[in-house]
Amino acid sequence: MMLEVKDLVIRFHDRIGGEAVHGVSFSMAAGERLGIVGESGAGKTLTALAITRLLREDNAELLGSIRFMGHDMLNTSGKEMRKIRGKEIGFIFQDPVASLNPLMPVGPQIEEPLLLHTDLSKAEREERVLQAIRDVDLPEPEVTIRKYPHQLSGGQCQRVMIASALICHPSLLIADEPTTALDVTVQTQILKLLKRKNEEENVGILYISHDLSLVRRLCTRVIVMYNGNIVETGDVEQIFTHPKEEYTQRLIAAIPTRSKRYV
Amino acid sequence: MKKRNYNLIFGIIITTFVVILLTIGIFWTPYDPDMMNVKLRLTGPSPEHILGCDNFGRDIFSRVLKGGVSTLWISVFTVLFGLVCGVIVGAFTGYYGGVLDEVVMRLNDVLNSFPSILFSLVIVSLLGPGKKNVVIALGLLFIPSFARITRSEFSRIKNMDYVKCAKLEGVPPLRIMFVHILPNAVNTLLSTTAIGFNNAVLAEASLSFLGIGVQPPDPSLGRMLAESQTYLFSAPWYTLSAGGMIILLVLGFGLLSDGLGDIE
Ligand SMILES: Nc1ncnc2c1ncn2[C@@H]1O[C@H](COP(=O)(O)OP(=O)(O)OP(=O)(O)O)[C@@H](O)[C@H]1O
Ligand SMILES: [Mg+2]
Repeated sequence: MMLEVKDLVIRFHDRIGGEAVHGVSFSMAAGERLGIVGESGAGKTLTALAITRLLREDNAELLGSIRFMGHDMLNTSGKEMRKIRGKEIGFIFQDPVASLNPLMPVGPQIEEPLLLHTDLSKAEREERVLQAIRDVDLPEPEVTIRKYPHQLSGGQCQRVMIASALICHPSLLIADEPTTALDVTVQTQILKLLKRKNEEENVGILYISHDLSLVRRLCTRVIVMYNGNIVETGDVEQIFTHPKEEYTQRLIAAIPTRSKRYV
Repeated sequence: MKKRNYNLIFGIIITTFVVILLTIGIFWTPYDPDMMNVKLRLTGPSPEHILGCDNFGRDIFSRVLKGGVSTLWISVFTVLFGLVCGVIVGAFTGYYGGVLDEVVMRLNDVLNSFPSILFSLVIVSLLGPGKKNVVIALGLLFIPSFARITRSEFSRIKNMDYVKCAKLEGVPPLRIMFVHILPNAVNTLLSTTAIGFNNAVLAEASLSFLGIGVQPPDPSLGRMLAESQTYLFSAPWYTLSAGGMIILLVLGFGLLSDGLGDIE
């Protein structure tokens, strides 16, 4: 298994009640497309962020164990952690425009992981950046690298984020509601792009969404979360057609019928 | 409809005018600012001496230029000193927060709680008067305000998505602070810097007025103001010239700061 999360508990010291995630366990094989669904506040983002351990800086307490490609993620040093982030794990977020530094052209932003994690020369890096831009179907790479985020659309910004997240060929891409801020046609394009990247580069995708129908279009397996717990996990089709838990049934019932027909 | 930023426009005009005037003053003044001439003692403005002469018969315009130049230099170095130290302190406390933040910010409060003139008086009397020591004394005083602004900007920006993303790409802390966060704080720092100049000009003038700033024979706006008091009624142009230069400097930087603060 590429990723193994066991009994993960996430606790905040500054929060009444304290615990936000109450012992979740799941695993993910290399190159797998795994979805996490659940309503707002279910703990999806926290679970994903815990994998990169970014939460510790927000004074969260992480218990349990997370193993990723042989690393004991909760016990590696900060320096070791920085070598894994960006190189072995890529991350894309819900709001692609806010995810980019407004004062930096997108070229250097895509390039940054290469600068940090490889010894490539400037020319080689530039070549990789141009290639990455072409790979995510952005127009005119030579022009695009000099543009600032505000000169691009939301969908284009998300493509930039994907290019940056995948430029070091990580084994895992965590996508936290990457299409929520985009309109429906762009949503479809991004999902297709993610699927193609997964097939071409064998990068595992952990796809977070509150919309089971989107997860169904991309993932093979899904985890259903509710209130900091995993309520159900299994094959997407299986869960979509024969949900065992009452919560999952309600989640499916909540999908508008029109999008149900289209999937 | 978009309101025109008059503060910024007039701020730029006045500051540019003063800076050009003083830049000329660095290299050239109509007369030697230290040349005395008893015959011209306290004579009023005339075509030869456009701002008149002082109690030693020295050309006031030349002295205002030279005095303005030294005030400006002191202000520049004071602000730079305060800015660089303040940004470093604010960056670390704002980014890391926690105990470090608490301790440093309380120290900041202590520094801030001294009346500024008293504090500079103490420092200058310890180090001795002179330009360099004025810069140190005032620069130290300026650290807290720059640190505070930088800190609040850093603790705001560090929670932005793009900083989180940078962390998730494995960007080390120093690079995050100075490559990703600082440029996004520049806007706010710029307007604080302009108001800093403003305060530095006033503080330098006050110290020289009290006789612990720039030492004779170097001309200084503050000391000219102090000396001219005696002749306030017999030679009002003396006071007005020195005061006018201070007003121009302060007004320009003040408007500039307001204008910069109004951007976005
Ligand atoms: N820094 C924090 N401090 C305290 N509590 C937090 C913090 N971050 C998240 N939480 C709490 O943890 C719970 C789970 O949050 P999380 O962001 O994982 O939800 P989510 O499933 O991603 O929801 P959404 O669909 O809205 O993104 C929420 O109740 C939230 O209030
Ligand atoms: Mg979330």
